[in-house]
Amino acid sequence: MNEVKKETKKIQATETMKSVMAASFKELDDAVKSKSKKIAWCTSVGPAELLRSMGFLVYFPENHGAMLGSSRMAADLIPAANAKGFSPDICSYLTSDIGSYLTGNTPLKKAYGMEMPKPDVLVFNTNQCRDVKDWFDWYGREFDKPSIGVFTHRNIGEIKNYELDDIAQQFKDLIPTLESIAGVKFDMDRFRETVKLSRQCSELWKSCLALSEKTPSPWNFFDHTIHMGPAVVLRGTKEAVDYYSLLKKELDERAAAGVSSIGNEKLRIYWDGMPVWGKLRTFSDLFQSLDTCVVASTYCNSWIFTQLDENDPFRSMARAYTELFIARDEEYKIKYMTDLHSRYKFNGIIFHDAKTCPNNSNNRYGMPERLQKHLGTPTLTINGDLNDLRLFSEQQSITNVEAFIEQLNEVA
Amino acid sequence: MGKALFAGVDIGSSFTKVVLVDSEGEIKGSSVRRSGTDFNSSADICLGESLKQADAGHDAIRYCVSTGYGRKNVSLANETRTEIGCHGRGCYNAFPEQITIIDIGGQDNKIISLDGNGNRLSFKMNRKCAAGTGAFLEEMSGRLDVPISGFNALAMKSDATVTINSFCTVFAGTEVLEYIRDGKKVQDIVKGLFVSVVKRVIEMDSLSGKIIMTGGVVAYNPEIVRIASELLKTDISVPPMPQMTGALGAALFARDENHKLDTSLTAKAEICC
Repeated sequence: MNEVKKETKKIQATETMKSVMAASFKELDDAVKSKSKKIAWCTSVGPAELLRSMGFLVYFPENHGAMLGSSRMAADLIPAANAKGFSPDICSYLTSDIGSYLTGNTPLKKAYGMEMPKPDVLVFNTNQCRDVKDWFDWYGREFDKPSIGVFTHRNIGEIKNYELDDIAQQFKDLIPTLESIAGVKFDMDRFRETVKLSRQCSELWKSCLALSEKTPSPWNFFDHTIHMGPAVVLRGTKEAVDYYSLLKKELDERAAAGVSSIGNEKLRIYWDGMPVWGKLRTFSDLFQSLDTCVVASTYCNSWIFTQLDENDPFRSMARAYTELFIARDEEYKIKYMTDLHSRYKFNGIIFHDAKTCPNNSNNRYGMPERLQKHLGTPTLTINGDLNDLRLFSEQQSITNVEAFIEQLNEVA
Repeated sequence: MGKALFAGVDIGSSFTKVVLVDSEGEIKGSSVRRSGTDFNSSADICLGESLKQADAGHDAIRYCVSTGYGRKNVSLANETRTEIGCHGRGCYNAFPEQITIIDIGGQDNKIISLDGNGNRLSFKMNRKCAAGTGAFLEEMSGRLDVPISGFNALAMKSDATVTINSFCTVFAGTEVLEYIRDGKKVQDIVKGLFVSVVKRVIEMDSLSGKIIMTGGVVAYNPEIVRIASELLKTDISVPPMPQMTGALGAALFARDENHKLDTSLTAKAEICC
């Protein structure tokens, strides 16, 4: 029996997004070749605004990790990092990225004709996990460059003033080192402007995602993962603001015209946890064949930083980067998903238990069972990984998803 | 036109099962054989054998639902259903009440919970690992050089069960080798393997309502049901033909779907006239 692929309307802005991303990588590559600008490596939820305002070009190894996953190169590269003492059980972004460096094999070559740009400084924020620090520290030793960062509190319920004071001060403490590397003095006005652009980018990204509240949803999780690129690597720039203005206009039109991203939306799903980067197409086609739209996710909502405020840049940045879902306690997470449930009206929740990403695997302490009871919404956990496809069984996952949709259809 | 039959084809990782039911849901034929590498061919042979039992030809089949690992490889099938849905349907047919089904298959295990109306409340499958599946016992059969068909009789003779701790099939094999070296009796090792299978399965989910066990492993090794009952401290029921439950569920879905189609066509005809 062959599945019939349904006709869907492509998102036109995709081509622009590709050009915007390509231009940003070209800028990085040009800077490496001409030595015209300093390069800072930054974690994906690190203080990019501070770095940009001081003239650094910013490179995000996690974005490279996602490229290694989606290009399915990761599983071949991870063993090189394992051989250097990194366990196969830790973050597969880290192991595939370091494996990529060790073997000189990067998807940047094919995508942008460039090598991994070497850093002048590496700046992390542990708001996601400790792995990012270990990851950056390794490169710091390898390149003999400073690896500095911010240590965020974890399992945070209500955010306290002392936590904000602490994080804001940690941001400020980075400045002397960054000034000495950049060769320029910190400029408060430029910082305010960067924070403002970053907030504008976030507001637009947030409103684009919110359009999936509509039934049918004009785009879906798999589109979100592709179009979130500029929100991660270009926040704090005018290019990102311009891109999301363009995307929002198109999505508004699609929503107004009642365009469904999957052709025939019967069920709506929430995805918690990381994407399985090497299997985006498999899952996208699977859900489409089941007339099911994945309308929202914890992951893509994690790059919304609307708390940023140019009038109080350090403290607002501390709040924006502390209120991140991944850094919060279980009670907050339940409330957060309850709110999304009331807005997005999903029929079921799928938890992706990513073997090498415990902090993004929210199923491990009984949350699916608690949410199912609290919301009356069925949940499913699938086992896999963000990058390491050796930890993913495609057939098991497909059967699990199909059985889950059968179950939801019984109720519907 | 002869009698109408409805086919359920369950292509599992180890065995292919076919069940034919009539419009009353009564089983008219069934067959099972190793799935091998050509799923379509295995399904065809099983179907031929089942039709022979039913004393009917291919044209009697009104609708076919396929399920199991190879469900998308059955050219005859009108539609596919997952094995979770089909095991639920097949079990509910035998036990129409609130049930929890423990299915132990060749490479995956399932725990399926149904309410009193047969609607699925939840399900869980084993993770990537084959611990607690038929594949685990097949591997151990090789290690012990004892045919798997003899496992049940051996386990029943055991009076000093050994403990197998490892989740990993390969490392469990190492534990087995240690017991062999220590001179433990084969029946005690086999009983230990059965206990390990049951523990791996019952830890997958919480169990409520009437407990049912199905699957090929249970069909050939009833001692596993007795061990599970002992560990769970509750009675466990087994449907008739426990290996065929998925195929039976698929056949019943086929009958239901065909009925829906007939009803729809009748309604259309009435509107036209």
